[in-house]
Amino acid sequence: MTRRERNWLLVAPAGAWFLVMLVLPLSFVFVFSFGERGPAGGYVPAFTLEQYANLPARWTAFKNTMVLAPLGTLAALLIAYPLAYQLAVRTDPRWKTLLLVLVIVPFWTSILIRSYAWIFILGGQGIPALLAALGIEDVRLIYTPFAVTVGIVYGYLPLMVFPIYVALDRLDKRLLEASSDLGARPFATFWQVTLPLSVPGVATGCMLVFILLMGEFLIPALLGGGKVFFVGNALVDLFLQSRNWAFGSAVAFTLILIMLVTVAIYMRLIARLQVRRDDVAIM
Amino acid sequence: MSKTFGDVEAARDLDLRISPGEFLSFLGPSGCGKTTALRMLAGFEAPTRGDVLIDGQVVNQLEPHRRPVNMVFQSYALFPHLSVADNIGYGLRQRRPRLARSVIADKVERALETVRLSGFGKRRVWEMSGGQQQRVALARAIVNEPKLLLLDEPLAALDRKLRKEMQIELQDLQRQLGITFVLVTHDQEEALSLSDRICVMRAGRIVQVGSPQELYDCPASRYVADFVGNSNFFEGRIEEVDGALARLVTGGGQTLAGRASPGLAAGRDGCLSIRPEQIRIGSEPGPGCIEVTVQNRIFLGEHTEYLVRHGGLGNIIVLAPRQAEIGARGFEAGARAFLNWSDEAALILNPD
Ligand SMILES: Nc1ncnc2c1ncn2[C@@H]1O[C@H](COP(=O)(O)OP(=O)(O)OP(=O)(O)O)[C@@H](O)[C@H]1O
Ligand SMILES: [Mg+2]
Repeated sequence: MTRRERNWLLVAPAGAWFLVMLVLPLSFVFVFSFGERGPAGGYVPAFTLEQYANLPARWTAFKNTMVLAPLGTLAALLIAYPLAYQLAVRTDPRWKTLLLVLVIVPFWTSILIRSYAWIFILGGQGIPALLAALGIEDVRLIYTPFAVTVGIVYGYLPLMVFPIYVALDRLDKRLLEASSDLGARPFATFWQVTLPLSVPGVATGCMLVFILLMGEFLIPALLGGGKVFFVGNALVDLFLQSRNWAFGSAVAFTLILIMLVTVAIYMRLIARLQVRRDDVAIM
Repeated sequence: MSKTFGDVEAARDLDLRISPGEFLSFLGPSGCGKTTALRMLAGFEAPTRGDVLIDGQVVNQLEPHRRPVNMVFQSYALFPHLSVADNIGYGLRQRRPRLARSVIADKVERALETVRLSGFGKRRVWEMSGGQQQRVALARAIVNEPKLLLLDEPLAALDRKLRKEMQIELQDLQRQLGITFVLVTHDQEEALSLSDRICVMRAGRIVQVGSPQELYDCPASRYVADFVGNSNFFEGRIEEVDGALARLVTGGGQTLAGRASPGLAAGRDGCLSIRPEQIRIGSEPGPGCIEVTVQNRIFLGEHTEYLVRHGGLGNIIVLAPRQAEIGARGFEAGARAFLNWSDEAALILNPD
């Protein structure tokens, strides 16, 4: 067996998996999106652009997704970075593992249950009741974009923390010493050394969270209460409730396209910032 | 001052005064606390006990970025996301009030010239070889013209020729700028050729401080004699101390005389040290000569090194200059030869 053949053999299982689980379904979605809804729902083969022409009917879902997914990603980043920094740079190595485990612990419970907890916290008997006791009346939190943002930041925070933690943990501490030695104040060191060198972690974290958020439907369903819905909710509705597979496929395919374009632009931007740091001699 | 890491005592009772404009070297084997001593001067470690003073001011609590001190790191610690020129200009960019861009660019260019890297400014640091990176690290520190420059084995990765050049460059620079240099090295030749004073360290302690010549000619202990230059050692019992001279009887019954180092007492164990280049080797017996058999001959260019064997003293290393050797036509392995040296060239020391 040549080296080339061996390499092919090694990627064969993953390749087969991708073909069956990704390319095939996506092809169906693509084909379905040009079809029509059958009289009793489902799909009737056809070739029409009608479904795509109908997209504006779901404009709100697209708008919510495209506003709240980047916003949620940004909010998660702003909260995750200081946390990851504290863990990676400031924490005694003996405590690091324990604290990292604490970051994952929420994953041990279903997101459904945790979101219900937020319904209570943000609902009438939670924070608004507390504020009312302080004299601030009529604050409405639950079933708002704010509630959805809180929910997604809470749910996806660990996914943001980990890549940033890894990048900061890998950072050679002597670079920080060198910066300080050369007269940079702590903030200047952070701005000129720590932050640029953690860009790879930030990029990975943002990408992970953003892509997952684009497809999110559970949190908007629970904390948005049917008022703030994502494309994901529209899809659930179209495929399971109104059984309009053709239109659902068009919506799904559009979402995928938007995601691909956004990620491509994003990768371009990051590649410019990105630092090649692997083969720097660090003795 | 002292420094302990948990149970490890990395530096112990270091008491040293470094004069302005001096070139001082810390010399010692790996792990003896040289880097730790430098890090305390730079401000990365606080002494567990004692004080660090700069210009008469206690600076224990002063953070590194406030100290007029720059360091060349043993591991270079270059910023991987910056170009060579930006690495070198880093310290200048931190100055407040800000320096003009053109001023920074000029200084960086001159620093690049100094380390023989003109034209490399735009490169990324990972595109540089180990030796080039080391020179970038050097340039990054000297461009700031600090009061005190700390160099942690700054030339270790360079080849012999470039190292010699950079040594001369360092020395020139130090004289030009009047900066105080503290160099860490385990290359004794480097320490000897560059320093005004050398501080020999062992297991976290200073064992001797002195000019290169003092250390070479009058080492205070066998450890220093062994570490600074090479030496032959003959162990024995001190028979007599008579002012500046002493006499020692070796285990093999040989009586040898030499200069007495301070604190020597008759009747105790001692050790005689004689430098290989102080020993004359010849083919004719003479008064005070000892007879040896040549075991091995190593050609070193301008010198020839002989390993010879003496019945009572064991193996002896002799370094013969080329000219003398031509006269004697050299000695092959197995040949008989005669050694002698003057009593003043030998030094009798307390064993460690
Ligand atoms: N941060 C630290 N924590 C614990 N021990 C340390 C630390 N830094 C240094 N040591 C210990 O202190 C001792 C002195 O270390 P140091 O780095 O000063 O040696 P060195 O003389 O610079 O050696 P080398 O020539 O190999 O660079 C060593 O035994 C080392 O293991
Ligand atoms: Mg060291």
